[in-house]
Amino acid sequence: MAQMSARAQARYNAMAAAARRRRRLQTLLPWLVIIAMFGIWEIACVAFDIPVFILPAPHNIWHAAVRWWQPLLQDSLVTLYSTLAGFGMAIVAGLLLGVAIGSSTLVYKGLYPLLIAFNSIPKVAVVPVLIIWFGIGMWPAVITAFLISFFPIVVNVATGIATVEPELKDVLRALGARPRDIILKVGLPRAMPYFFASLKIAVTVAFVGAIIAESVAPNAGIGRLMMVASSRFDVPLVFAGLITTGLMGIVLYWIAEIIERRTTGWATRGTDQHLAAGG
Amino acid sequence: MTRPFVEIDQVAMRYGGVDGTLALEGCSMNVGLGEFVAVVGPSGCGKSTLMRLVTGLWPATEGNVVVAGAEVDGPLTIAGMAFQAPTLLPWRRVLANVMLPLEVAPQHRDKLSRQRGMYEARARELLRLVGLEGFDAKYPYQLSGGMQQRTSLCRALIHDPALLMLDEPFSALDVFTREDLWAVLQNVWMTKKPTVILVTHDLREAVFLADRILVMSSRPGRIIAERVNPLPRPRTLETTYTPEFQALVHDLRGYIAAARSGEEVTI
Repeated sequence: MAQMSARAQARYNAMAAAARRRRRLQTLLPWLVIIAMFGIWEIACVAFDIPVFILPAPHNIWHAAVRWWQPLLQDSLVTLYSTLAGFGMAIVAGLLLGVAIGSSTLVYKGLYPLLIAFNSIPKVAVVPVLIIWFGIGMWPAVITAFLISFFPIVVNVATGIATVEPELKDVLRALGARPRDIILKVGLPRAMPYFFASLKIAVTVAFVGAIIAESVAPNAGIGRLMMVASSRFDVPLVFAGLITTGLMGIVLYWIAEIIERRTTGWATRGTDQHLAAGG
Repeated sequence: MTRPFVEIDQVAMRYGGVDGTLALEGCSMNVGLGEFVAVVGPSGCGKSTLMRLVTGLWPATEGNVVVAGAEVDGPLTIAGMAFQAPTLLPWRRVLANVMLPLEVAPQHRDKLSRQRGMYEARARELLRLVGLEGFDAKYPYQLSGGMQQRTSLCRALIHDPALLMLDEPFSALDVFTREDLWAVLQNVWMTKKPTVILVTHDLREAVFLADRILVMSSRPGRIIAERVNPLPRPRTLETTYTPEFQALVHDLRGYIAAARSGEEVTI
């Protein structure tokens, strides 16, 4: 018994150490992958002598970013502002429409085909129309960000509400609950995990929308900066814009995830501990 | 003679239009006030349909359903229901889950905020009655299946329903937990005396719990036999090994067998 437990103890210690190593690796891994990507990129550019106007090396991009940091920052803020404005509108409209579609078969049947058709339209084709309506300025970017990001929110909220267990609805209806009660007490809270999952998608595509509009109607923002830079063959600056956009996307995604974990921990409790340990 | 609490008279229920499935036909039964009735039958015989008709969730295709002297023409507001799945809300703690009906039932919703203390005490009392004392701050996922079903039972009882409708509430549980919950349910019924309609396919469960057992035929369902249960209360696990208990189960089993063979002939 004593001998067995000593061996078991050693085995347990070894497993715990392995788990700790794995957790450390999990924390470091995203950084290692990013560093490795830039490293390989740098080496490849130097080794194959790739011209800067085809693919600038990371150090070229860094120089461009440092040199043009002021417009880069200004335009990033403009893009961020348009994106968040469009995204905010998408949250409000997406929640309202999602609740309507999820709770009423009639609304679902009536609106869904139109919504799908609308979502299939490339948003870049809509931008000229928006410019005719709203003029060149921030509005085309805001509205494109809105149009592109509200569909995933609608679909997810509607799914969350439409999949409430029929038995649970029966329980509440047999108590004299009004449809509104069922949506407020059960449908909406139930849809929250779906809602936050959609926010993570929506916030990243909102950037795509804003930048598309800024590129088509170059007035301000990262999209315009990249258009101007590419017209001057300043490819390093184009890449600096792309990387800045990626960074903003990661930050917003990360914020959405933190809010999700705080508010709907009940839905991910199985992986929550794992996530907490991993991150 | 007093009128039965629930009267079902020659009810038929057909799903999906004229050519749809006939779930019930010529189904009649009465349940007295405070009586515990079990409905047993082969699977797919329309037991759950009967539940929805009595609670007014669906209208009958033919016939009348009368509850508490009034014809049922819309969802009742006096019923408590529990199903095979506990259907608890995962984002609410046990106490909040139990109190959900109070937030929506018309006769309680306005009083809830003023008398929250009284209602919470009532919820805790119920949790104690089903053996969940001290679990009111847990989330459903922290409970075992049996404990979740106990919580579901409390939710069905919190508003003191005059009519308790149970649709195979214990069929997803293991045998030992199920037998525990029979005793719990019997205890609740003897304390509060609601009118109970229990739908089940477990004959031992029906005989353990009910005052009267109704046997349904296979689809289209109707009542083909009725047995009054003479066993004294409170019944215990020991009761289930007595010859009287076994004889009643055996007797009912014969009707189920007949109903099932009928199913093979008609289909």
